[in-house]
Amino acid sequence: MNPRFSLLLFGIAGLVVAFIPLPVPSSAHQERTFRIEAGQFSYSPSELRVNTGDTVTIQLVSNDVVHGLYVDGYNVSVEADPGQTTTLTFMANKPGSFRFRCNVTCGAMHPFMIGKLTVGSNNWLYRSLGLAALAVIGMLVSVKQKA
Amino acid sequence: MAKIELTRNRFLKSILVNRYPQLAVFIVMLMGYIFAILAGLIGTPVGSHNFSIVFVWIAWWAILILVAVPFFGRGWCAVCPIPLPGEWLQRGAALAPSDKKPKWLNLRVPKMFRNMWLQNLSFLLLALFSSVLLTTPNITGIVLAAMLFAAIGLSMVFERRAFCRYLCPVGGFIGIYSQTAPIELRIKDKQVCANCEGKPCYNGSSAGYGCPWDVFPGGLTKNTYCGLCMECIRTCPHDNIAVNLRPFSADLAKPSTRMDEAFKAFIMLGSSMIYAGVLLGPWGTLKDAAYNVGTSAWFLYAVTFLTLIFIVLPGFFTLGLLQSKSSLSIKQRFASFSRALIPLGLMFWVAFSLSFVLTNASYIIAALSDPLGLGWNLFGTADAVWQPMLTTLLAPAETLALVGGLIWSARTAQKAANEVKVSSIPVITYSFLLTAIMLWLLL
Repeated sequence: MNPRFSLLLFGIAGLVVAFIPLPVPSSAHQERTFRIEAGQFSYSPSELRVNTGDTVTIQLVSNDVVHGLYVDGYNVSVEADPGQTTTLTFMANKPGSFRFRCNVTCGAMHPFMIGKLTVGSNNWLYRSLGLAALAVIGMLVSVKQKA
Repeated sequence: MAKIELTRNRFLKSILVNRYPQLAVFIVMLMGYIFAILAGLIGTPVGSHNFSIVFVWIAWWAILILVAVPFFGRGWCAVCPIPLPGEWLQRGAALAPSDKKPKWLNLRVPKMFRNMWLQNLSFLLLALFSSVLLTTPNITGIVLAAMLFAAIGLSMVFERRAFCRYLCPVGGFIGIYSQTAPIELRIKDKQVCANCEGKPCYNGSSAGYGCPWDVFPGGLTKNTYCGLCMECIRTCPHDNIAVNLRPFSADLAKPSTRMDEAFKAFIMLGSSMIYAGVLLGPWGTLKDAAYNVGTSAWFLYAVTFLTLIFIVLPGFFTLGLLQSKSSLSIKQRFASFSRALIPLGLMFWVAFSLSFVLTNASYIIAALSDPLGLGWNLFGTADAVWQPMLTTLLAPAETLALVGGLIWSARTAQKAANEVKVSSIPVITYSFLLTAIMLWLLL
């Protein structure tokens, strides 16, 4: 096969993998409540999974100093004083994987106090893995063509 | 793409040859460096509000890994202030050479140390303590001061820039990654160098100093050990030195047999993956282990870190190489194919740094007004609120960096394979698996 044609083919395949709309699994929207304990410098639980469209309520409890919880991508946050519980509610309407992190300086490792919220399936990860696989297949085809 | 000789531009060349512009940049950098040391030692212990942490580990790191190294190679080394005080003392001058003989002991670095192993060790030493180093201002201040004094001490004992060339923990990885950069300093005509009497580019002359990096420019074939100090442009009596614009990763097409450089590629690759997991992952136990230096959990972390870098990653790489037959020794194949991990590692660092830097860049605005965290408000931005930047672009940018790095690595592996007549498939597969892990860690 002409190498330029192969390149074009793999380019188109890459665009398809990156941008083709994927079916969203239909599930009844639920109200999900998580009690998250925050302590220097981690959350427990630190990984949350919800379905797209769920209403998420986070009850943040701080075990030591003042901590916060800011959700990347959703731009919502909450702060909790030591021993107190505060609540954050938001609609998880954007699918994907988002880090949540402390937004109140709480000590040395504060910038790395991070958790992870997955809304629906982490399609961007799968698309990225697909792109990586496609890139490798493309390189292997090119190796074969040159051999 | 052919090379373009940038030094044909008279204005650019005059700036490079003239010592004053470089001196001006050096002085600003040195003042910033000394201020970072002082801020670390006397400023607030809160890292995110201290100049030493915010400007060194967020601002400088972002510029270094996202701009300077990928586009200018050792461009940072050209303006780095760390060797300056030692070099001034060694030379007995801050600008043009004087008639005085070299100061101090001026010994040659012993042959056993003339490689990248000490830089590998110094990087690992800092890497094992990085969670503390990156977050604790006084530790950052102490390490920055230690580097400055180590550079001064080595300049008193050894000739040229022994610290930069053989000990600097940053210089080692800048060196291997600078091979990918589209900038190079090279001679124009080999014959001119061969016939040149006295080799002033290496030995020095009244026009300038002999190469501070202990490199004879006439034999320069890759960027790794050229610090872009521009001394040879000043000393060459035949105008035979050029700074060129060239295709990316041109140096990686050249053979390599050095194990110190091969292991540097593994150290950098492994470190980026460990940092992505420990610092940006959601696992608090890992963060605790990395931060609590001296505890049994930290020792376990350190052993795991070193095992991954020195045994697991090179081990699987070697197993892959053993799958194909070759007349070359496994050591030769290992060193040759490890070049494929250089663009991969660089792009792993770019992806990791994007996440870290975009999340924390807003601290820079506040620290500008209150660099010591003492309640100042110099520019009215001390109360700037922390806010992650460009979070919606982060995941696509990370994917672009990682998949781009994989393609770049695979192409480099193919070139190495053509050279040593071995299949590149095991190395491409290895790079794919590491990229998949990094994607999982970051996305």
